[in-house]
Amino acid sequence: MQEIQSLIGGFEVALSWFNLVLMLAGITLGVIIGVLPGLGGANGVAILLPLTFSMAQQPGGQTSAIILLSCIYWGALFGGAITSVLFNIPGEPWSVATTFDGYPLAQKGRAGAALTASFTSSFFGALVGVLLITFLSPVVARFALRFGPPEFFSVYLLTFCAFVGMSKGSPFKTIAAMMLGFALAAVGIDTVTGQLRLTFGLTSLLKGFDFLIAVIGLFGIGEILLTIEEGLEFRGARAKLNLKVVLETWKELPRYWKTSLRSATVGCLMGIVPGGATPASFMSYGLAKKMSKDGPKFGTGVVEGVVAPETAAHAAGTSALLPMITLGVPGSPTAAVLLGGLLIWGLQPGPLLFTEKPDFVWGLIASMYLGNIAGLIVVLTCVPLFASILRVPFAIIAPVILVICAIGAYTVHNSMFDVYMMVVFGVMGYVFKKLDYPMAPLVLALVLGDNAENGFRQSMLLSGGDMRIFYSNGLVGTITTLSLLLLFWPLISRLIGRVRGRGGAA
Amino acid sequence: MQHDTQGKAFGSVRAWETVVALLFLVFGAGVMFDSWRIGARWGDDGPQAGYFPFYIGLFIVISAVMILVNALRMGREEGGEAFVSRGQLRMVLTVLIPTVVYVILIDNPWYPLGIYVPSAIFIAAFMRFLGKYGWLRTALVSLGVMLVFFMMFEIWFQVPLPKGPLEAAFGYA
Repeated sequence: MQEIQSLIGGFEVALSWFNLVLMLAGITLGVIIGVLPGLGGANGVAILLPLTFSMAQQPGGQTSAIILLSCIYWGALFGGAITSVLFNIPGEPWSVATTFDGYPLAQKGRAGAALTASFTSSFFGALVGVLLITFLSPVVARFALRFGPPEFFSVYLLTFCAFVGMSKGSPFKTIAAMMLGFALAAVGIDTVTGQLRLTFGLTSLLKGFDFLIAVIGLFGIGEILLTIEEGLEFRGARAKLNLKVVLETWKELPRYWKTSLRSATVGCLMGIVPGGATPASFMSYGLAKKMSKDGPKFGTGVVEGVVAPETAAHAAGTSALLPMITLGVPGSPTAAVLLGGLLIWGLQPGPLLFTEKPDFVWGLIASMYLGNIAGLIVVLTCVPLFASILRVPFAIIAPVILVICAIGAYTVHNSMFDVYMMVVFGVMGYVFKKLDYPMAPLVLALVLGDNAENGFRQSMLLSGGDMRIFYSNGLVGTITTLSLLLLFWPLISRLIGRVRGRGGAA
Repeated sequence: MQHDTQGKAFGSVRAWETVVALLFLVFGAGVMFDSWRIGARWGDDGPQAGYFPFYIGLFIVISAVMILVNALRMGREEGGEAFVSRGQLRMVLTVLIPTVVYVILIDNPWYPLGIYVPSAIFIAAFMRFLGKYGWLRTALVSLGVMLVFFMMFEIWFQVPLPKGPLEAAFGYA
């Protein structure tokens, strides 16, 4: 087993004192970020990314930097559960399903049990996801080594079409948001011809838009504006989490092994597809409700109803990193920010990463195991501390978060123009959220825009402008067909529904 | 647009859907226009610079039109719903306007203050006027937070942030 050997090598990298300290720091910061309104995985990592620039220049520093950032991501995933259970505020979209049973449990005075169950199942889901990454990603990477420009473009196409197919809202809004991302990515100097595009004579636009600024504005400022709408108060349940509660809940958990396994499977499958974490959590909650003996009791506060969505969300959140490191296609906004980080540090994510930087890849994978273990310990022991952060009045927290966002936006390029843009993106994020425009496809398009365009251009050069290149062999043809199916899925499913409806009426 | 069934609403969902769709339409058209200007066809050596963005613009225009059509066809209930109530809007503006002022204070062509002083004022203003804290606590928290940030960025991580006359007086520029 070559993977096991590489993994042991990875553990040797990850298990240095410096990296362990970074891991703990990352997890703690991540949980705080996940708990605070207006800061989530994506913009938390985006704000802290500039701090790693100097770290990444030292030997071995790239691995340390990715360990720090990915641990912030795990921490944020754990932190989302705390706010869902105690405050009925889902920190991230995929925590919404956790509130269904988590908050009723807390109101019944079983907040400790709900938190223990959600942390433990998060951990289990993440573990399954990491196992998948460990054994599947080398295979995918080896396979993808044979990819040419048309294959890569078709994978990008699949990524973006998946957003349209999986979105619950209007497909046109998804397309509009996504294309806005592509258009913003095109602003500035065209790398191939050197021509200026879409700058409309403004010199500040020469450098183009950085997606980090968009992430900080859309998710950070936009979220604060949304939160403030509801007023300044947070009311939350108190959490008592001691060893006895933890052990009692752990004794109860093995009973739900079927739900756990099913949710982890759903999570992993959906997580590889972009935008999959949120549908995965809802889907596995729905499945658990249908298949469990206690199904009718779901929603009134049962532990199983917390296990299902949390396992799936974390399995999905973790496996979202698989396409990022193997293909360079992130599965979620946070994965996109991590990908942006790799690019800034001078690494090219994709199949070559496994052969050129094995230390980095396996160090990262090993840190996923360690980070999740560390995360479980940190959240189980420090819940009261983290919950108390949410009790800091909004009148203090809100301006501090806004200041942090402004500093984060400035440090990306040391440019004040970016800070102004951040505010603009913030207002945009607020309006988009209110009108149900999805933001994940916008961010992903902004990150991948240049790569997707290059893939397209190179394919067109190869074929001399013939679109049939996307059907030139079995592989690329399959991916393209799948993409088109997903793209038109809203239309297809409506047609199927209509045909069925008519059949029922007759 | 519907009038006054909601009383205190600031625009209906339909109105705002329409406005945003129109903005998308204008933006998409702008993208198409500019891409066409720099060449959106097939050049001697492959696709021209505007080729890809031109179609992006086209997709924006198409989806904007569809969103617009959907918005105009919205039912009375869905479309007439309040986009944001006046009370909510007031809360949003009490955050948004100070934020804009804050960013302008940091850097403007006339008298840039740097990031630290405006941040302290910003936090203090929030605490004093929204949180109704006493002056002492307000001063302690706002100055304390900025001191921590100053130590963190200027001294530990050595990431220089914009500085103004006050920092210059202490020898940091």
